[in-house]
Formats: sequence, C-alpha cells, structure tokens
Amino acid sequence: MSDTQPISNPPKRLGQRVREALLGYAFLAPALIAMAAFAYYPLTQLVSLSLHRETRFGTNSVWVGPKQLIDTLTGEDFREGVLHSGLFMVYTVPLGLVLGVLLAVSAHRKLRGIRVYQMIFSSTVATSVAVAAVIFITLVNPVVGYFKDVAWLSLNDPDTALFSVSLSSVWQNLGLTFIVILASLQAIPEELNEAATLDGFSAPRRFFRITVPLISPALMFLAVVLVVQALQAYAQIELLTNGGPGSSTETLLFKIADPRGIRSVGVKASMSIGLFALTAIVAAMQFGLLSKRVHYGD
Amino acid sequence: MATESTNPDQPVIKASQAGGAKTGADARVSGAAAADGTTIKRDSRVLRGVKATGWHLLLLMLSVLVLFPIYMLLLKAISAPLAYLAAGQPLTLVNPEWDVFARAWNGADLSSAMALSALVTLLIVAAQLLTSVLGAYAFAFLEFPFKKLMFVLVVATLLLPIEVTLIANIRTIRDLGWLNSVPGLTLPFVATAFGIFLIRQGFLGIPKDLRDAATLDGYSHMRFLFRVAVPLSKPVIGSFLVISFLGAWNQYVWPRNATDSRSWQTAQIALRTLATERIDELNLAYAGAVIVAIPLILLLIFFQRQMVRGLTAGAVKG
Repeated sequence: MSDTQPISNPPKRLGQRVREALLGYAFLAPALIAMAAFAYYPLTQLVSLSLHRETRFGTNSVWVGPKQLIDTLTGEDFREGVLHSGLFMVYTVPLGLVLGVLLAVSAHRKLRGIRVYQMIFSSTVATSVAVAAVIFITLVNPVVGYFKDVAWLSLNDPDTALFSVSLSSVWQNLGLTFIVILASLQAIPEELNEAATLDGFSAPRRFFRITVPLISPALMFLAVVLVVQALQAYAQIELLTNGGPGSSTETLLFKIADPRGIRSVGVKASMSIGLFALTAIVAAMQFGLLSKRVHYGD
Repeated sequence: MATESTNPDQPVIKASQAGGAKTGADARVSGAAAADGTTIKRDSRVLRGVKATGWHLLLLMLSVLVLFPIYMLLLKAISAPLAYLAAGQPLTLVNPEWDVFARAWNGADLSSAMALSALVTLLIVAAQLLTSVLGAYAFAFLEFPFKKLMFVLVVATLLLPIEVTLIANIRTIRDLGWLNSVPGLTLPFVATAFGIFLIRQGFLGIPKDLRDAATLDGYSHMRFLFRVAVPLSKPVIGSFLVISFLGAWNQYVWPRNATDSRSWQTAQIALRTLATERIDELNLAYAGAVIVAIPLILLLIFFQRQMVRGLTAGAVKG
C-alpha cells in the first residue's frame, strides 16, 4: 500500500529528475518544517527535560540523569494517572459501543420519519468536549445538577466521580459512534438479511451471526478512537471536578496538563514520555487493525 | 479475540446466502399471492403497523436519552437560576429570561472569544489544506530521494499528538514570546499527517491514463495539481475540511495552556471561564454552551454528507 509507483513512468533525463525531486521537497517543506518544529523537536525536549530537575520558576536546571524519569514512571502519582485513564476507557468504550449499536440498529430501517431520528442521534457531534461538559454540569453538578441526589452519579464521592465524568464523554460520542455504525450497517447487502430470514434465522440470531461480524471492523475502529479519546480526556475533568475529590478524577493527561503547578516540569515531561508510550501501544493496535484491511463504508 | 469469534460465523453467512438465492424466488411468488388474498394482506398490514409502532416507541425513548441533556441545558439556560432551584428543578421553564443569550454573548468576552476562535480555526484549516494537498501530491505523483523515509516520518507524527508534546511545545511558544498570540494558537497545527495521508489516498485513486494524457498535453505538475488532481479529489478534500474544522474549533488543552489572558481566550476556554468563575450565574455558561455549539450545528446541517463521510473515513484523528 505504501510503495506508491509514480503515476506516469516515461524514461526521464537527469535534469528532469532533479527538478522533480526539488519540486517534491518544495511541496513537502511546509509540512516537514512544521512537524520537525512541533512534533520531533518537542520529543527531544521532553527527553531532555525528564533528565533535568528544574526549579519551579524555571531559572535553573540541574542534570539528574534517568533517576527522575524512572522515579516518576514507577511512582504512585503516575500509576494513579494510568489507572484513572484506564478506568475512563473501561467506563466509556464498551458502553459507548453498545449504545452506538443500539441507536444505529434502531434507526437502520424503513420507517416514516426515520431521517428525523437519524438527525437526532447524530446531533451530539455538534458538541465539543467542553460544551458536553457544561451540559453535564446541568445534570450532575453536586449543587445545581438535576441528578445531584443520585448516589451513583455523585461528583462528591471519590468512588463514583470518575464514572460520572465519563458519562459526558459517552454522551458526547454517541453521534460519532452512531454515524460510523449506521454507515457500516448500510453497507451490508439487504439480500443477506432477507436470505437469513427466509432460512428461518430469528432476529437475535441474524443480529449476532450476520450483523455483528459484518460491522465488527467499524466497531474495532471505533474502539480505537474511543480509547484514544479516553487517553486525551481533559476538558470534561477540569470543568466537572477539576481532578477531585482529592485526586480521584486525575487522569494521566490531567496530571500533565494541570495548570495548578503542583508537579515540576521534569516530572510532567517524564509523565509525557509515559503517555507517549501508551499512545504508541494504542497506535500499534490501530496499525494492526488497518493492516488487516479494515474497510469502513464509502 | 474478535477474529476468533468472527471466523466460525463466515460459513454460516455463506450458507444462508446460498440458501437465500433459492428461496428468494419463492418468497416473491408467495408475496404476489398474498397481494391477491385479502385476508393475508390485512393481517400482514396490521402486524406491520404494530411493529412500526414498537420501533417508533423505541426510537422515541432513545431520542429522549440523546436529547434530555440538551433539553436540560436549554431549560436551565433560559430559566432564572435561583428561582429554578427554589422551584425544585421542574422540567418546565421557571421565570424565563430570554435575554440570557444576549448577556452571555456580551458578557465574559464571549463575542471576542468567538471571533478569535473563528480566526484561529480559519487559519488552521487553510494552512492544513495547503500543507496536506502539497504533501499529498508529492507522495502521490513525484519521485524524490528518501521518499519512503519521509513518508514514515510524516505518518509517525500520529504518535505525537499535542497532548504528548504539550509540555515541551508550551516552552517553545513561551520562549518565542508567543503566549497569547495568533501564531501561538495556530502554528503547532499547520501540518497534519492525517490530512496528507487522506488526500494522498484520494490522489492515488486518479486514473493513470489521466496523468499520462496530461503529460502528453504538456501539463506542468502545478497545472495538473490544480486543474485535475484537486478538482477530482473534491469529496476527499471536503471530508478533510470538515474534520479539520471540527478539530480546530473544538481545541481545548492547547489554548488552555497557550493563553493566560482573558482577551486571548478562544470560545471553548471562554466557556470554561463562564462555567468556573461565575458559579452564581451558571445560566450564562449554559447559554454560552449553546452559542459555542452553533457553528458546528450549522456545519452538521449544511455539510451533513461531508461530515458523515469524514467521520466514517477518518475519525482516526478523533
């Protein structure tokens, strides 16, 4: 897939080849320069920062070797951040997929007004994470929330706060999961279900034997997207709990991006390297999926 | 795990498919017969009506699940906050204050934050379009040394989202004196591996014959790019623009860290200010959330097709 042959391949003279190469780099230059400056240079910076200890106000930095990096990545704070990010995934990914399938299967039929339902189910894609978080303030805020007295949604309880926050992500992602799964359902040939019906397959059996296997690429794809979004959850935490109560809703990214200045730059850089490793693991999974020729609609 | 459970199912599907081809004809015959037999016809119509009602009920319940949070947002935005609480949080308006949207727009610098977000989004989308189209063209149509290495370097930046590089990039921006500035809010996002990859896929779908014909006609690469490649890849580019717009408009972590002045707040960050600094006037935050969502609502209404295609082809960026 990646070895792209040039579209036209007549024998070229040297001058022509040089000119084409120059044009190629000229076209690539803007992207390459930006990526060097804002992706690769900061990566080297992160490594350097993790090897130095810096005073809070950044005036002095002292070489401390890998000790700070190792201490941070084996420390309680990092472990807690990874645990909370992992819990965030556990809360958002399965529930998000199940609800997405429920919405898409329900709205994938010939029915009067079905377009209206489809529009409604898609609607949450018009919300950002921050907008969804403000919407959930109306529901779960401990003082003014509509469900403020529902114990299992309490933002004041360290055992339920993270789950409650994660529901804003589940809701916000309904539109995305609905749209992707519906597109996947629409790509299933109708004859397949008709034939199975005539063969006496019951509706649940049709669903698990035909629909689920055929939309599984879309589900795997969405699972990866939702895992990445869980790793990158930040605004909903800041707006709903600001990490609390205690540190019970501090995910790994929250600890890194937390503007309150609790952690030193060196510690945050070390944690960023940990987040990079987790991102790489997810990307490796993603690459494994894509290389299995996952095809999603269109 | 999933593949294990998928594989045993494959023969089942094939078997039913093969069976279906035979019985399909029978069904059509019996269907035609039913159209003549009045009793069967009436029964199936009743049954269909019952089923449709059942589906409508389920769809209505699910609609309530999706819309209830939005309903609460509007309800609490428009109701007077204290009176609403005092009334015991009913599901109807209490002392409606319809001017709340105007107050949110004018207060808390939301109007200027929306303008800044519009500018930043426009710049990011335009820059990403340019770098992605040019980069995609280089990878799809040009030969140059180290092409494969360059491609790997570009795609590998997917491993370095802004969340990972945040701490270091903020220092870069600060050292350059670009905190609270348009360059600080936009420059880290002018190039995207996702855009290059997606548009390159579009370009690779252009028939070889067309390129050959253009070469024979003496088309330069520039001319081929803008006269042939871009027009033919409009659907892919359209999808990319929508995704790019969504990503830029919704940004939170970066502008939160790259600005510390109220006059440099983007719309999403102004929303945070409304939601966290005026606890007695949360109705302004609720109204603000409606206002901040409006550009995306318009996008969803007017570019529905591009949005669906973009999300299905490339929710990769998230």
